[in-house]
Amino acid sequence: MKRLVCLLAAVVPLTAQVSYDRLRQSDSEPANWLTYSGNYSAQRYSGLSQITAANVRHLRPTWVYQMQTTERVETSPLVVNGIMYVSEPGGSVTALDTQTGRPLWKYTRNLLKGARGCCGQVNRGVAILNDMVYVGTFDSHLVALDIKSGIVRWDSEVADPKLGYSITAAPLALKDKIVIGIAGGEYGVRGLLDAFDAKTGKRAWRFWTVPAPGEPGSETWAGDSLKTGAAPTWVTGAYDPQQNIVYWGTGNPGPDWNGDARAGDNLYSDCLVALDGDTGKLKWHFQFTPHDTHDWDSTEIPVLADAVVRGEKHKAVLFGNRNAFYYVLDRTTGKFLAGRAFAKQSWAKGLDDSGKPIVLPNSTPTTEGAKIYPDLTGGTNWFSPSYSPHTNMFYVPSRDVGGVYLKGNAEYKEGAQFNGGGQKPIVGEDPTGAIRALTPETGEMKWEFKLYSDAGAGILSTAGDLVFAGTNEGDFFALDATTGRSLWHFQTGATINANPVSYMSGGKQQVAIASGNSIFVFALEE
Amino acid sequence: MRLVCMMFSCALAATAQLVPFDPEYVIPKVNPHTTPADLKNGQQLFMGQCARCHGPKGEGGRGAVLAQPKLRHAPDDESLFHVIQEGIKGTEMPAGYAVDTLETWQLAAYIRSLGRMAPESVPGDAKRGQELYRSKGRCSQCHIIGGQGGSLGPELTEIAARRSAAHLRAAVLDPASTLPEGFLEVGLATKDGRTITGVRLNEDTFTIQVIDLNGEIHSFIKSDLKELQRDTGKSPMPSFRAVFSASEVDDLVAYLYSLRGNQ
Repeated sequence: MKRLVCLLAAVVPLTAQVSYDRLRQSDSEPANWLTYSGNYSAQRYSGLSQITAANVRHLRPTWVYQMQTTERVETSPLVVNGIMYVSEPGGSVTALDTQTGRPLWKYTRNLLKGARGCCGQVNRGVAILNDMVYVGTFDSHLVALDIKSGIVRWDSEVADPKLGYSITAAPLALKDKIVIGIAGGEYGVRGLLDAFDAKTGKRAWRFWTVPAPGEPGSETWAGDSLKTGAAPTWVTGAYDPQQNIVYWGTGNPGPDWNGDARAGDNLYSDCLVALDGDTGKLKWHFQFTPHDTHDWDSTEIPVLADAVVRGEKHKAVLFGNRNAFYYVLDRTTGKFLAGRAFAKQSWAKGLDDSGKPIVLPNSTPTTEGAKIYPDLTGGTNWFSPSYSPHTNMFYVPSRDVGGVYLKGNAEYKEGAQFNGGGQKPIVGEDPTGAIRALTPETGEMKWEFKLYSDAGAGILSTAGDLVFAGTNEGDFFALDATTGRSLWHFQTGATINANPVSYMSGGKQQVAIASGNSIFVFALEE
Repeated sequence: MRLVCMMFSCALAATAQLVPFDPEYVIPKVNPHTTPADLKNGQQLFMGQCARCHGPKGEGGRGAVLAQPKLRHAPDDESLFHVIQEGIKGTEMPAGYAVDTLETWQLAAYIRSLGRMAPESVPGDAKRGQELYRSKGRCSQCHIIGGQGGSLGPELTEIAARRSAAHLRAAVLDPASTLPEGFLEVGLATKDGRTITGVRLNEDTFTIQVIDLNGEIHSFIKSDLKELQRDTGKSPMPSFRAVFSASEVDDLVAYLYSLRGNQ
């Protein structure tokens, strides 16, 4: 491998420093894809317009990179100056030459004993700051790698994996810090969001998503239920550099389906939290699903955009939630501005003026089983939505699937799953879904493109007025961003559970997506 | 849908191979903990740790159906012990890190109880049923047993390992009431004027693949179709109510209920 690196170094442009200023201004260099969601606003929008509705039918595979894994691949690559940085299951990282798909270096993570998680050793991506690549690992460490060689610069434990903590999210680099969230909502962990010093790997701040006894918010947990309150932080958030606020979604309270022992709203589970980027101090929170008993983590992507609501301009945050409702919040204050359901749901009559759900009767799990929409996977999930400033539409991968929710016993045992029930599918109902385009200010649907089954992959919108997405059946496809009309599709041969990205290589716009164990890259044929 | 599910499971994840219990422990071939108290504790453990994916009675969901007599990854007690302790590589089935040896066996006992169907005593003569299957019923035109027969209908080689006698009787008399999961009869009309009736083999957002009633396989881009009719709940298999007498139905069901493969 060393010989290969030397050879390629001669023809591949050398990596450049990815400064905080570059990250702040990532929209000005659409040839690169510098953060998990493409920019700090988490819009998953590419400013590239070489591929358009007129020519997208000529899109063809450029190369395929196959990982040596049978794990599920949910990674979303970063691209800097001709090099793609791909995380692999468990927390391994590979750097690929974007012209050829050939590996330049590889960091292999050998997981520590005791690593565990509910849903596979997935990893969704890396962060880059200056000359280092950062990855969270399934055994709950944050690792800094040298950007040119993949050699470890530092390796810090975030939390104890034996308690059920793991990391599947991509880190977020800001200023001189690396922010990282944890998974573990099915293990009764105490949720947290950490920031580490980017150079040294020392913890800079920690925000506990479940307060300690006596702290504000602790009154929303009955008895000592907050000790196993969960509220994990397993999907990457957004950042507003102007206000220096980190926005991050939090997950379900524990145990998932039996809320008997945790009466109260259970703060800060199922919230969007706004934290000071320097200190991690809470500025505001908004709770989407108080006292959740459906496993409706609010760990979806908070998308930052300006929005005019009822005639007033707001710095807004747009949020398609797993509970099947879409929300518009003022991102300075956290105030609810607008919201409505975007996917099939049967648990709430709607949202009140403050954004709280008006919960319907018979919408919680029972020992006999209660049929409720959406199912535990939700109206949407971790896979990214997209906002296009070009069309001013919010695109959300949607699921219209119900489940029969069952309440069971929940006894906490350190390191064991702590669920308190289960869910079974509704007999005779096949999962369905759609790509939906919403008016960002209201959530009103502009168009939908129906999928054969439920959505499970993220969305990329582009300045070429295209929307790219994938299906469970392996189709990677492009729609007209304005109308939703189908323009192109390619069968990748395996389920797509990942988010697309776009960048330039060799003077051509590329679109990349993970499918099965592989990364597929597409460009217009000559 | 069946193929879709298969594809999905191919892309799923596995967890690290860890053995948290005593490494000196020699795993017995047969579960030593199957008392009613063991089953009760196993049920509690199952509700806490397994029901999320497998359903509270093993009816399946995100995880596999466990309420069946034969489990693909755990044909015997020893292998079931390994599956619970170590998970299944290449799937989302995680290792049972926090269950000790006794709890693993209790879980195994409960899981086995989910799929235990008491052997039924069925009327009829299986040998006569076998002859009816071949001659009067001409069932082998559409079904394979032991590698022989047509492939339009489901294979029946091990059908009794998965289906009760009552289910098999209903399948003979009212086939539409017992359609396998994911089975769909479709009627297609193409924009260039062709019409095809058949069984869906696979489908995605943009395409559909069909086997017609003559056994020919077709693939269509959906945008090339004028009509795609989904005959949910319909079966190309006719009812044999008018073909067989009551005693002949008993004989045929007795034959089908004897088909357990190598079990």
